[in-house]
Amino acid sequence: MALITIKNVKKQYTSDGDVVEALRGVDISIEAGEFITIMGQSGSGKSTLLSVLGGMNHPTSGEVEMAGVKLYHLPGEKLADFRAQKLGFVFQSFNLISYLTAIENVMLPLAIVSMNTPDKKAAARQALERVGLGGKLDRLPNQLSGGEQERVAIARAIVNNPEILLADEPTGNLDSKTSEDVMALFRELNDGGQTIVMVTHNRENGVYSDRTITLKDGVVVAH
Amino acid sequence: MKLHTISINNLKRRKAKMAFLTIGLMVGIATIVTLVTLTSSMSSDIERKMDEFGANILITPQSNGLAMSYGGISLGGVSFDQREIREEDLARITTIANHKNVSAVSPKVLGGIKINNHDVLLVGVHFASELKMKQWWKIFGNEPKSEHDLLLGSEASRVLNVSSGDRLTIKGESFTVAGVLDQTGSQDDALVFANLATAQKLLGKQGKISMAEVAALCSGCPIGDMVTQIAEKIPDAKVSAIQQVVEGRLKSLNQFKRFSYAMAGVVIFIGSLIVFVTMMGSVNERTTEIGVFRAIGFRKSHIMRIILLEAALVSLLAGFLGYAVGMGSAKLALPFMAESKNAHLIWDTSVACGSIGLAVAVGLLASLYPALHASKLDPTEALRAL
Repeated sequence: MALITIKNVKKQYTSDGDVVEALRGVDISIEAGEFITIMGQSGSGKSTLLSVLGGMNHPTSGEVEMAGVKLYHLPGEKLADFRAQKLGFVFQSFNLISYLTAIENVMLPLAIVSMNTPDKKAAARQALERVGLGGKLDRLPNQLSGGEQERVAIARAIVNNPEILLADEPTGNLDSKTSEDVMALFRELNDGGQTIVMVTHNRENGVYSDRTITLKDGVVVAH
Repeated sequence: MKLHTISINNLKRRKAKMAFLTIGLMVGIATIVTLVTLTSSMSSDIERKMDEFGANILITPQSNGLAMSYGGISLGGVSFDQREIREEDLARITTIANHKNVSAVSPKVLGGIKINNHDVLLVGVHFASELKMKQWWKIFGNEPKSEHDLLLGSEASRVLNVSSGDRLTIKGESFTVAGVLDQTGSQDDALVFANLATAQKLLGKQGKISMAEVAALCSGCPIGDMVTQIAEKIPDAKVSAIQQVVEGRLKSLNQFKRFSYAMAGVVIFIGSLIVFVTMMGSVNERTTEIGVFRAIGFRKSHIMRIILLEAALVSLLAGFLGYAVGMGSAKLALPFMAESKNAHLIWDTSVACGSIGLAVAVGLLASLYPALHASKLDPTEALRAL
């Protein structure tokens, strides 16, 4: 059984009175342990698809099922709980909290988990070591390079051992060398069994993934 | 890492903004503390110094009067059925329901007497209670202590041509003029004051008194009730209240109190607006951050807790500082505003707890909408705000 099933998902926005169809009937199935790249031009709907997958954007119609749970059937804050337990996010601009150190940023998803502080610290340290930043635990984001910030963001996404890692243009703000390092890290994580769904417009990143899904004008044109 | 770690670290990071917020709320709390402490200290000062305002209950013997006139021509009047008050009757004042509000009872015996060929009015008093009640008296010389000490009004001293330390003979007995009163502008200027027992003997009125003054003043004293209670205990006496002086002062104080509370209301409203605007600005600045929190699984209640905890911490600090600054200001202002020079500042724990509680309540209430607004931010919209 697929870990993620997206059935005929449509998403419409209203912008200045005009109806914009960001997704026009998307059907995707992703197995556990897969590394998927979603590609497409700007405006193709790939970021909208990722936010729908992340439980942050109710589709206008269609069904999203993850780990056996119909995502948008979850009541109230259960969707937030689902994100906290099952998903990890890596954002395009890292989105680290500027007043928290690297280890505190990584511990952020654990702030709402009932676990004692030493265990949280141990988990965060382990995640940072996994991304190669074991020596920079107490640095603030502005004391880290772009690549290092991206690694902290990845550590934050994996610290709670999510079933699915969602990444939105993770190399969008990085130079090519750092991009290669980050993509190698994603590959490494996937080799360890982590399911990854990554949105990118960079074709070179596709080589690191198992499968590439291409979107155009809100529909899947290749996978 | 707990939710409060986020709140505390954010406060540390935005020092200038949080200092502005703290100062805004602190000024409001300090103003309230100053006004409340000043009014309560001034009330207490007035209550404490009530004796200085003189008696406010007068006890005189009961009598019936008859006005005599005929054809529009007044022939004066006569008093008849004149009753007497005996000294021991006054002891019953201590048995009235409101006896705790009685601060001083000053019995007096009055009578005309001849001294050095001058007719003067001799007043027998208990000097201890009389001096307690008439603290505005300024004595040149000494306070009378023995039974043969006299205290003279300024006019009596001039007429009799004596000053403190001189001796006077009354009905063959020798007395010492212990002191002379500074001019009061009242009837006291023409009187000769002697010890009550001595005066009763000189006037042939042993055990009798002509009148008594009672000081029973405090802001909450039921003077009217006390008059009725004393009249019931001493049926031969006419008991009347003199309230104008104190009521006037208390009225002014009550007006100041009302003004203070109105001012406090305005100031705290402005303080809460400052909190609201600052917290709202802070939430708007942190849209992306809140979007990240929501994306990684924070519930709406978690976001609210972070924002409200920040508000509570800042408000708590503002409350402590506001109380300290307010008490400092009250201490500086009290000497200029109180009735007496040695008025005491009242350190009231309920004002301390109330001001800190008020600061936290105002801070939380003013931050409630910003916190709700933050919790309702759509994570997608929040992240799009990049």
